Amino acid sequence: MAEPDSTGGAAVSGTTSAGVPVGLEPDQPPAPRRRRGLAPYVLLAPSVVYLVVFFIVPLLQGLRLAFTGTGGQWGLATVHQLLNDPGFWSSVWNTLIMLAIILPVQLILALAMSLLVNSRLRGSAFWFYVYMLPLGISDLTSGIIWYSIFTQQGWLNSVLQDLGLIHHPFIWLSYQHQLLIIATIVVAEAWRSTSIIVIILVGGLQAIPKEYSEAADVFYASPWQKLWHVTLPLLRPTLRTALILRTVLAFEVFATVIALAGSSLSVLATKANNAYTQYQEPHLAAAYGILIMLLSLVSTALFLVMLPVRTEQLQ
Amino acid sequence: MDGGPARNHDGLISRRGALRLGLAAAGGAAAAGLLDACSSGGSSGGGNLVFLSDQLSTTPETSDMRGKVLSGFKGSGVSFTSFADATQFIDQVVAQAKAGSGTVDLIGGLQGDFVALEAQVPLRDMSDVISELKDRNFPAAYLDLAKIKGSYRFVPWITATYLMAANKNALNYLPSGTDVNALTYDQLLAWGQALKRATGQQVLGFPASPKGLIKRFFQGYLYPSYTGGLNTQFKSAAAVSMWQYFKQLWAVTNPQSPTYAMMDEPLLSGEVWVAWDHAVRLSNALQQQPDNFVVFPAPSGPKGLGYEPVLGGLAIPTTSKHVTQAKSLISYLTEQQTETTMLNAESWFPPVGASALPSNLAPGVGAEAKAIDATTGAPGALASQLPIGLGAQSATYDKVFVDTFTAIALNGAPIPSTLASEATTLQSVLQQAGAACWKPDPVSTGVCQVG
Repeated sequence: MAEPDSTGGAAVSGTTSAGVPVGLEPDQPPAPRRRRGLAPYVLLAPSVVYLVVFFIVPLLQGLRLAFTGTGGQWGLATVHQLLNDPGFWSSVWNTLIMLAIILPVQLILALAMSLLVNSRLRGSAFWFYVYMLPLGISDLTSGIIWYSIFTQQGWLNSVLQDLGLIHHPFIWLSYQHQLLIIATIVVAEAWRSTSIIVIILVGGLQAIPKEYSEAADVFYASPWQKLWHVTLPLLRPTLRTALILRTVLAFEVFATVIALAGSSLSVLATKANNAYTQYQEPHLAAAYGILIMLLSLVSTALFLVMLPVRTEQLQ
Repeated sequence: MDGGPARNHDGLISRRGALRLGLAAAGGAAAAGLLDACSSGGSSGGGNLVFLSDQLSTTPETSDMRGKVLSGFKGSGVSFTSFADATQFIDQVVAQAKAGSGTVDLIGGLQGDFVALEAQVPLRDMSDVISELKDRNFPAAYLDLAKIKGSYRFVPWITATYLMAANKNALNYLPSGTDVNALTYDQLLAWGQALKRATGQQVLGFPASPKGLIKRFFQGYLYPSYTGGLNTQFKSAAAVSMWQYFKQLWAVTNPQSPTYAMMDEPLLSGEVWVAWDHAVRLSNALQQQPDNFVVFPAPSGPKGLGYEPVLGGLAIPTTSKHVTQAKSLISYLTEQQTETTMLNAESWFPPVGASALPSNLAPGVGAEAKAIDATTGAPGALASQLPIGLGAQSATYDKVFVDTFTAIALNGAPIPSTLASEATTLQSVLQQAGAACWKPDPVSTGVCQVG
């Protein structure tokens, strides 16, 4: 999701090069309105068509499916079915628990990684490329790789046994240890998708003018103080964007969960997927989809309210 | 880990192989696994007959289908595409039928797929093809299953059933006096307990992941063997004791079972020593290491040896533009020679009795053929009919059994109340489909009543 108020809007209505606010120049004759013609609309058309065909139409279809029953009659029958679906509430909880662990873990990791990339130390560009590698791997592939690590006769147990730390293979993916399974999913997801946040944060870090850091140096600020009092506050708009994006994506994760947890544990996205592919219940699957969308919207709104960005931070 | 090649017979790196070949290989293995998981193979090139299926979808299966089975067809080139996911297969056939035009000339699916398809779009009446293929001697039971809404909607093509396979090491812990080829469920439990005592591990295994077929274990095996019925016995006293038994069995089953879709890999890796699964989903282990594994019939219970046959068929979509060529492809695919190739290459059996099987079978396949023979010929063998008349509700019907299993075995919910609440759902599914009871339940005239 884009950050509307961190882009052009604020800068355009900012100040002139002389530092005089644009709106306070009384003698300036109004600039003649340039005729735009059709060009902007033509340029916008492909993306509008794309959005309508691939987002708006499916969204409306999803809403129609979610609020009609199998017989096609409008009503709340599917919503009722959703609320009474076995495992519905546990999938809601699992989704929220996973999110609550994954967000801070990834944020701290991504911050450390992007500070390293931005440090201009020797070889920091190399690390940027290394960090980007998992981005090229689909979530199902990542799930299968991590399954081969965590399975009973997998890599992790082989290494632990070779080191003499365990005598029998430990079962990491047992249905009896739900939190352990969530932990393996968090590890797999952190490996796969932290780089998306790193890209956003590196972009944000590079946009912070060097003058702030130099000014802090003048006052003998320690690196920690610089991070805490200079970098992080200035990075706040970027952090907000990263958090929103990561949260929305985390609601949609399902292939990693299916690969690592199978039927031991479900999240909302796996319930949606199973409802459609395994049980051929498009109405129920759509209801899960709409619920995921609502949760994404609510969490986005929460981030926007909880992390307000002052106008001066955008300039 | 036990011995064995890191590469399978097709030269593709298996996931287990990757564990040995190193992390560098893990990426490649994952890619192979991914292809395995969601192969939607491309065309075999140049063909003008399009053959769509939801079976034979793993990379080795698809490549054997093209290279060994279809390559012998002289009529025209065939482009074979397979979806790992039945829903995608059904969606595509339905979409083309609704659009009134399509590219697909032949579809190959399971009996249940055709029932689900016929509930959404009219399928072509295949009676003409079946009468042309009289010399194939399809058993009457299979022809009955091919009849949906009054006429033949597919030609019987491939069959299979579910079997058990065990690592030979596990045989050392069989309780004394137990014949592995005539197991009872109580003996299976005692075996699992003995294995747990001896190895410290729970080494029984079931395919309980969302893509696994454990639902068939309840529908075709445990329920008939314990209660003599299915829907009419769903929450009966016998069913309650059956689920109590299953909870004990589950306590000696590998707790990673909910992640297993097919049992060949956990058998080969040694995570599981004794497993139940679809014959085709065990065959990789049996063919890769025929000397390390044995295959045998499912156990029997108080009411007999419940088992469920699997039937796959061929049909021509109404939108096909190459009906004559599609008919000759069906004729070719049901020839004895082609069916033997199917059996050796893909482990799918022809739709004929076991007595009509050829003698020159690959080692693992021969063992499976014997186990199937032992299943059907066992005293007290109780064949389930495949669900009839469920139509679009067949997947929802399966969900009832998966939900019951999840609640009782995974979440520890009390048995009687779970059965009571799931019975209500089951009844509404049967009601909505208007489905009469099917065997092993006494065949009913009205809607099947859950008991």
